[in-house]
Amino acid sequence: MGYAYYPGCSLHGTAKEYDMSSRACLDFLGIEYRELPDWSCCGASSAHSVDHTLAVSLPARNLILAEQMNLPLMTPCTACYSRLRGAHHALRSDPGLARKVLTALGSEYKGRYEPLSILDVLYQYGPEAVGEKVTKKLKELKVACYYGCLLLRPPEYADFDDPENPGKMERLVETTGARAVDWPHRTECCGASLSLSDTKLVVSLATFIVDMAARHGAECIVTACPMCQANLDMRQRGRTKLPVYYVTELLGLAFGLEPKRLGLTTHMVNAMGLLRAKQLA
Amino acid sequence: MIRIGVFVCWCGSNIAGTVDVGKVAEESAKMPGVVHVEQNKYTCSDPGQDSIRKAIKEHRLDRVVVAACSPRMHEMTFRKCAASAGLNQYLVEMANIREHCSWVHSDMSVATPKAVDIVRRAVAKVKRSVPLFPSTIPVEKRALVIGGGIAGIQAALDIAEAGYEVTIVEREPTIGGRMAQLDKTFPTLDCSSCILTPKMVDAASHPGIRILTCSEVEDISGYVGNFQVRLRKRARSIDEARCTACGICISKCPTSRDSEFNMGLGTRKAIYMPFPQAVPNKPTIDREICRHFTEGKCGICQKVCPSGAVDFSQEDQVLNEKFGAVVAATGATQFSVEAYGEYGYGRYPDVITGLELERLISSTGPTDGKIRRPSDGRIPRTVVFIKCVGSRDENKGYPYCSKACCMYTAKHAILLKEKIPGASAYVFYMDVRAGGKDYEEFYQRSQEIGTRYVRGRVSRIYPLDGKLIVQGEDTLLGQRVEVEADLVVLAAAMVPQIDAPEMARKLGISYNQYGFFSEAHPKLRPVETNTAGVFLAGTCQGPKDIPETVAQASAAAVKVISLFAKSELTTNPNVASVDESLCSGCLWCMNVCPYKAIEEKIITERAGKETVTRSVASVNTGLCQGCGACTVACRDGAMNLLGFTNEQILAEVEALCL
Repeated sequence: MGYAYYPGCSLHGTAKEYDMSSRACLDFLGIEYRELPDWSCCGASSAHSVDHTLAVSLPARNLILAEQMNLPLMTPCTACYSRLRGAHHALRSDPGLARKVLTALGSEYKGRYEPLSILDVLYQYGPEAVGEKVTKKLKELKVACYYGCLLLRPPEYADFDDPENPGKMERLVETTGARAVDWPHRTECCGASLSLSDTKLVVSLATFIVDMAARHGAECIVTACPMCQANLDMRQRGRTKLPVYYVTELLGLAFGLEPKRLGLTTHMVNAMGLLRAKQLA
Repeated sequence: MIRIGVFVCWCGSNIAGTVDVGKVAEESAKMPGVVHVEQNKYTCSDPGQDSIRKAIKEHRLDRVVVAACSPRMHEMTFRKCAASAGLNQYLVEMANIREHCSWVHSDMSVATPKAVDIVRRAVAKVKRSVPLFPSTIPVEKRALVIGGGIAGIQAALDIAEAGYEVTIVEREPTIGGRMAQLDKTFPTLDCSSCILTPKMVDAASHPGIRILTCSEVEDISGYVGNFQVRLRKRARSIDEARCTACGICISKCPTSRDSEFNMGLGTRKAIYMPFPQAVPNKPTIDREICRHFTEGKCGICQKVCPSGAVDFSQEDQVLNEKFGAVVAATGATQFSVEAYGEYGYGRYPDVITGLELERLISSTGPTDGKIRRPSDGRIPRTVVFIKCVGSRDENKGYPYCSKACCMYTAKHAILLKEKIPGASAYVFYMDVRAGGKDYEEFYQRSQEIGTRYVRGRVSRIYPLDGKLIVQGEDTLLGQRVEVEADLVVLAAAMVPQIDAPEMARKLGISYNQYGFFSEAHPKLRPVETNTAGVFLAGTCQGPKDIPETVAQASAAAVKVISLFAKSELTTNPNVASVDESLCSGCLWCMNVCPYKAIEEKIITERAGKETVTRSVASVNTGLCQGCGACTVACRDGAMNLLGFTNEQILAEVEALCL
């Protein structure tokens, strides 16, 4: 068994540290994965606002590749997750569209495996089992788990957790010994898709989210989304600056992995300061 | 010689708009056995019926086919019409060319031949019809009312006033239902208790009414006029005859739990009365938490009771009784608002439901009528009301409108301002539905006193520094709105009781996709069900407010009274009948009969020179509802449903398919 690993473009660029830390965690936990050979763009952020057929065809190609490997497809990126699951859902529920897409791709798709997020994979591994592998407890670290939108919406197919009141990321993070604060804005929109076109708005959204996390006692934010991470990391303008980690970075740290190997030194808001202050790195 | 008359109806343009009625008449005339054909604009009208009567006499018709609407609509009309012309009413057959044809088609060239086929089917069937004669059954003139809320109480009072005995079965320890939990009622703001409790007392003291509380219906069998009902009266652990309701036992009881009557906002003891005006005014022991039952200790109530009324050994009683009619008044319950994660009900104590607010306003409630926040007991200054929580929302709740919420929210806003001068109220709404006498005026009044109505939905509620931040959208301004509230009240949808489907099965009635009981006809038979002798009152049939509930309860009572006014009932002769000469006595029919209407019968007959004794099936025509399950199960073809014989059905199939 194992998984086909789909990094997507973000993880080769702005979210390099998510790729590094994801691979490091998977390796550490002994979860088998192989990078999907010859993977192509999932079409996120532009295709689906232009052409529905294209928006399904682009991820469908990758789904088919994974099916040919007879492996479930897994991706750390939530935008890829959303597009892959959207395509999987469309191919299975809309026979007309499926025919069109699959004819264009010259292949068939049975849809035996649902595409997964890396959080699903960690969850399948089991929070308890993850907890057993923790060697360095992230005690006293107060984190705000931030889901954003893509993992939870639309709930018809992006159904990682309860769309209004999720809790799975908290469970994973708490296995490291960190304390997940109870805060209500974990599914708020960070505005990433407007980051370039309406920066002012996005700054206000990102700042609000970070402020709220701080007001609820968080010292940092944890996310599983390259868009949220980049956006919150870059656009927060509040008085208190909070570092924004990927789930896999914190897990990796708790597994005792080198901060450098996890990409923790490449953040905009200093990600090491807090960890050093807490003697976690 | 069979002489069939065919009457083709236009139904105005309902049929004639899509079906070439002239052509149908022309083709019908060619069918074997048909001697007379007529068309009519409205066959069900007086002149239309007259023409049938005239034709029966003039053309000596002995069978009639009416090609018109569904038999559920007008079969009885035409049967009565034929009977008045001296024809046995079971020699009339409907050909449904409206619901089955014209209404579902738009192309006349397709609909017309289909209508002809439908008429051909009816002609083939009626040719094989024989006169049938109804019999009569006696009526047990006692009514069973299930549910002791305002609907049940009203129905019982009306039936009892007409001089018939009524039994109210209520599963709670008191009658009163939801209305007893309310503080004031819209649109007059009269106090709910002040108008309800006298009725409860009236019911309790009426010589014709017997109230069984802590009781439930376990099983119902039989048929209209003769229902056999098994009731379970759960042990109250109190000798009602001895108890003087002094209340010492309650004050001394050491165990308590959340009070159901106060929607969990206060507590009650293990020995308790739901509220001071309970009827019967006797306490009940909750055996789930009573220490005597859970730990085998305690018994303090028994020790302190001055009249020796506490009886731990009391057992459930099972009563088998006969009733002639049943009124289902089982009520409704509140939607589980936890489904809306974004509102945070259950996580934030100051997000409450409308019924919870009623308890906070009520002077018999946990705060003695002072509106206080559940979290810290502070008096709220700003209250946000959110309507349509679970109603008109297919994604998280139900698509239907709960009907009462617009008005009770207006009422809550008015009461809030009365109780807390200077408080502000915001109402997030989708539409305001104030249809009803004096309702619109009442809603206007709530606006005039300063309630701010915001058209739009709330997207999130979260706590911040002791307040609840309510984020929503004002769709009229196209803007985001944020209100800092002290208390949020959700107008939860009215939903059927969880066990409504089970109750429907016991009653043999149908229910809709949500679980509300179905009336026989949405307009013309609103309180009847499809099972004769079972009537509906109140919110078990659909969301309603109090005036509508009371009106329906009285209507149901009238139906019961008119049933009881007859000394006997005429039965439907469309029942199963056994051809004993064909029956092999396998009794498969007994297994499939849902009404337990088939019994084994031993017959003795001569076979050649010998006398043989064997068993055959026998139908109890009083119990048989004519469903036809046995005719399908019968491998010998010995079972026939009169009016729908195997021969008739085969003839219909042939007429349609060959």
